[in-house]
Amino acid sequence: MEAASIPAAAPLGPRLKAIISNYGLIAVLLALPVYLAIHDLSTAGDLTRLGQNLVAGISNGSIWALVAIGYTLVYGIVELINFAHGEVFMLGSFVAASFYGTIGVHEGQGAAVLFFGLALTLVLCMLVSGSINVLIERVAYRPLRSAPKLAPLITAVGMSFILQNVGLLWKGGSPLGVADLINAQHTLVTIFGVPIQNGDVLAVGVTVPLLLVMTSFISRSRLGKAMRATAQDPEAAKLMGINVDTTISLTFLLGGVLAGAAGLIYALYQTTIWFQQGFTGGLVAFTAAVMGGIGNLRGAVLGGLIIGFLQQMSDNRIGSEWTPAIVFAYLVLIMVFKPSGLLGEQTRDAG
Amino acid sequence: MSTTVATEQKSERRRLPRIDLPPWWEKGLAPIVLIAAALVPFFFDTGSPFLQDCIQALGYVVMALGLNIVVGFAGLLDLGYVAFYAIGAYTVGWFGSGFIAEINHGKGIHVLVGGLAAKLPGVHLNFLLILVIAMILAAVAGVLIGLPTLRLRGDYIAIVTLAFGEIIGRIAINGDGIKLWGQSFTAGRQGITPVDPIDLPLVGRFQLLNLKPWYYFALVLVAIVLFVNFRLRDSRLGRAWIALREDEIAAVAMGVPSVKTKLQAYATGAAFGGIAGAFLGSFLNTVNADQFQFWVSILVLGMIILGGLGSIWGVVLGAIVLSFINTWFIPSVLNDVPGKLGINFDATQITFGIYGWLLVMMMILRPQGLLPEQRHKMELAENAETSDETLYTARA
Repeated sequence: MEAASIPAAAPLGPRLKAIISNYGLIAVLLALPVYLAIHDLSTAGDLTRLGQNLVAGISNGSIWALVAIGYTLVYGIVELINFAHGEVFMLGSFVAASFYGTIGVHEGQGAAVLFFGLALTLVLCMLVSGSINVLIERVAYRPLRSAPKLAPLITAVGMSFILQNVGLLWKGGSPLGVADLINAQHTLVTIFGVPIQNGDVLAVGVTVPLLLVMTSFISRSRLGKAMRATAQDPEAAKLMGINVDTTISLTFLLGGVLAGAAGLIYALYQTTIWFQQGFTGGLVAFTAAVMGGIGNLRGAVLGGLIIGFLQQMSDNRIGSEWTPAIVFAYLVLIMVFKPSGLLGEQTRDAG
Repeated sequence: MSTTVATEQKSERRRLPRIDLPPWWEKGLAPIVLIAAALVPFFFDTGSPFLQDCIQALGYVVMALGLNIVVGFAGLLDLGYVAFYAIGAYTVGWFGSGFIAEINHGKGIHVLVGGLAAKLPGVHLNFLLILVIAMILAAVAGVLIGLPTLRLRGDYIAIVTLAFGEIIGRIAINGDGIKLWGQSFTAGRQGITPVDPIDLPLVGRFQLLNLKPWYYFALVLVAIVLFVNFRLRDSRLGRAWIALREDEIAAVAMGVPSVKTKLQAYATGAAFGGIAGAFLGSFLNTVNADQFQFWVSILVLGMIILGGLGSIWGVVLGAIVLSFINTWFIPSVLNDVPGKLGINFDATQITFGIYGWLLVMMMILRPQGLLPEQRHKMELAENAETSDETLYTARA
């Protein structure tokens, strides 16, 4: 008994493996910013440029965080990558761009008009995107809930194509400029030489309250409890009297609502919309969700911010034409080092 | 009690009478179909657009049969198959055109090529050599892409392969900016063109306007790939793939080496993609980065799903049907409809929507495909019958 309780020193191989799987991903993530920080310090003498990247990255990343939560919620509850989620986000942008033109909000109006106009647009975007997402679930995923896993994944890709085509027919095939309502590039304050722009304030100002409401809804409310129960074990949840179908619909609604909000922010922040923003944006946000650990809300937010930062660094230093490749390379690296993500638990699929 | 009996009887009645084919029908069909296909060019002009579409379709058949090994047999959902098409096509671009013009002081390198190509600058290899190189390069890429997915399952594999497909697509687009010894890596969106047409011993150089040799060459490729596919499926390796698809844990417990078997599936599937890419690159006479986009992966996936995952003849049928929808039905037939109705609308705009709709409808109405594989069909039917109990566990 004595001998058995003494922990034998693990051989080097497995120990190294454990270290890599625990810290490998963090090391990979830190490599780029640390290198750039040293580079900045040695050439410019301060970290202003990296700071600018960080600020832009956080506001960009908060958009991806909102979209990533949609992926994470849906994956947590039905174990399906909702490929069409990026398109829901794209349609949110399109609705926003069309609606504030319709209600007559345009550049140079008073702050109050602008605020209420945009608040109204935000609500509408969220409603439309949420309903689209619920509809997708109803049409394409629910009939296949008992089918092998491959089937709903394929319909998800199919729905994504259909919605992309809707976007293409609606706004045409090339990127479209949107009225710069909030004067996104205007510098509001400068902290340590790093300018903070209107767009950054908007992105963070909309995202943070939404995230707080969402997390408290999921952790406090009765419906949130039902969602968590269904995610853990759908059958047991059903036995406890939870309406699983409604709960799943609700999950898709929440995901869609956040994607709609992200769509509005994206349109105001980037001032261009495009039918393919959903495909690339969706993949970026999915990478964020996986990076944080899929199924984990805090992880999705963290992943979104990290990915936003990485994107900004790559846009600024390497060239924006390479940014998608770099984001995907990170996705692959995460899969190699830690498929369960930064904050995630071990899941069956990611083993 | 009585209601269950009634529903059982109802389902009994709705079942169609099954035709029992002898077990060798699948292989027996091959010579018939190939001979019938060989007769097709006799009814058309040497330059007819129909023949052009046929050749394209045969290229897609090769590609779909390759993807079928990965997705249909081994059950590894690959959403980045376009990567291997790209690698095959760039092999032709690099080794069969004037693209690398500066090599050997502008005199070029020529191996087993005759006629005009032997005097041009750039690398010009015999097309059969290019096919072999394309196969090897694609297979190596397949293994490299497969390696990170070995620990993963299901959706995660899909997303990693998708990421790789996108990375290779990005490299193709931005490759004109990558310089190696003063030579750009790809020609980006401008494309590498012209590409050497196929030049075979005894047959000579293929003409771009005479499509018949191209057709027969593609048909021979399809015949070889079909043969390999049948032999692989019935081999020890093929059974190991199917075992891994059905239940990985059980298969590993029975002694199937999961890592090796999966990598073999990736490599074989990728090699077929490389062959198809090399052929289509030469046939289309251009290697352009815009050809290698995500929707090609989905098109090929749609082919094998339409036909029936894992079913060889189903995949052939699916590839031909979807390829003709892509190259003939949408641009030529559907595009005329709005004009006749007096509406000004370009129907080629809704190509993606049609594919998406096809994928969704296929999965909901006939998930087993047009010509389902027997084993796969059983699996789907079982799930459907016990839907309530296996509501959530079946997906895992």
